[in-house]
Amino acid sequence: MDDKRARFEEQVLPHLDAAYRFARWLCYTPGDADDVVQDAVLRAFRGFDALRGSDAKSWLLTIVRNCHLTAAKQQQRRAFVPLPEENDEVDGHAMIATTPDPESDSILADQKQALERLMASLPEEHRTVLMLREIEEMDYAQIAAVTHVPIGTVMSRLARSRAALKAKWLQEMEGEPRAVR
Amino acid sequence: MQCAESLRVQAYFDREVDAVSATEIERHTQHCSECRALLEDIGSTRTTLRRKIPYVAAPPALRAQILRALDLESAADQGAQTVTPVATAPVAPKPRPAARPVHAPRWGGRAFWTGAFSGMGGAALAAALAFFLVVPVVMNPLPDDLVSAHVRSLMPDHLIDVVSTDKHTVKPWFAGHTDVSPVVADFEAQGYKLIGGRADYIDHYRSAVVVYQHGSHFINVFTWGGAERRLPANTTRSGYHMAFWQEGDIQYCAVSDTSWDEMLGLVRLMREQA
Repeated sequence: MDDKRARFEEQVLPHLDAAYRFARWLCYTPGDADDVVQDAVLRAFRGFDALRGSDAKSWLLTIVRNCHLTAAKQQQRRAFVPLPEENDEVDGHAMIATTPDPESDSILADQKQALERLMASLPEEHRTVLMLREIEEMDYAQIAAVTHVPIGTVMSRLARSRAALKAKWLQEMEGEPRAVR
Repeated sequence: MQCAESLRVQAYFDREVDAVSATEIERHTQHCSECRALLEDIGSTRTTLRRKIPYVAAPPALRAQILRALDLESAADQGAQTVTPVATAPVAPKPRPAARPVHAPRWGGRAFWTGAFSGMGGAALAAALAFFLVVPVVMNPLPDDLVSAHVRSLMPDHLIDVVSTDKHTVKPWFAGHTDVSPVVADFEAQGYKLIGGRADYIDHYRSAVVVYQHGSHFINVFTWGGAERRLPANTTRSGYHMAFWQEGDIQYCAVSDTSWDEMLGLVRLMREQA
């Protein structure tokens, strides 16, 4: 294996899962996410020299987002995450864990699905910031780089999305008093 | 009405402020009930999200497909010896035909940290760069991965996904969340209390982690399948001991800051159980 490839595998490919998760939140269907991720990794490889020791994860996720935006524009498709549906569990790519969990009962499963639905109902730029912060555990500078906005905007979006999700979640739980754990 | 400090309080929660600001904010929250409530709210939102949003990995088929595409791309690189990345594009298989104006982002010139808290972002970036420069290059990344995973697990809310002292609860939980089914047993009588399990991701493998408590120390026992890897010798990194062993095609690594003797005691018990 040549040197560039080896360095790429060492520095960039460890973030493939993060890239995939990010694409899943950006794209409409799992198939689209696959395409976007593959496209992004190849582009990252071609432009690997531009990385020069900076943060590989935010760099790769930036490319994922660019690829997604271009693909979405091409397909004239609105960029939103689908509401989880029954058949999501069949394709093996579902964001929802499908395997039985000894601790889980239907309530817990309902809650997970509800949370994904609430996340999906947030505006994309809010959902993205929240997801990068809480699931990918990126810092403000990294999120700013990935989403191409100033840090101040990251902070205000984060604040708004957290408040919105909290409010929606409380509403959801109150709607189903049985589900409060 | 929102407190004017709310964004700073959030930045404090996200560990984005320096020590001086942190002290100021802590003092502020003692007086401001609104900001105290804010801290509690965003904390519970984080916990909810991290517990309930599944941490999916890229499907193995996609990973394989990408590696194949990279093989072709590397071959094209070596054959053509072209300088501009764009020039190699026609040789490689492309998922979609149209050449799209997506460029790898340029770094350096772009002032993405402009805006509020500019000094802070710069400092964070400098710290990140310093971190990359200081980290030594090691041949086998596995021990460092495992130490990082161990340290990460000790942060609040990260240690355990399934809390149980019952092996009949922990073991089946792994079946749904990881690729391996490790030895799970409680050795409380011998001083190693089973406290739960966790799914983790170590060097491209979904790993099942069994968590034991020994006195005040936690011992994470990482396990993963697909054992084509040569295991490193037992070692100590950053003050954490690591013991490696293998049973069949499942590999194990125990990580803890407890003493070697106590660690190896658990290893012996687990091996007897296997």
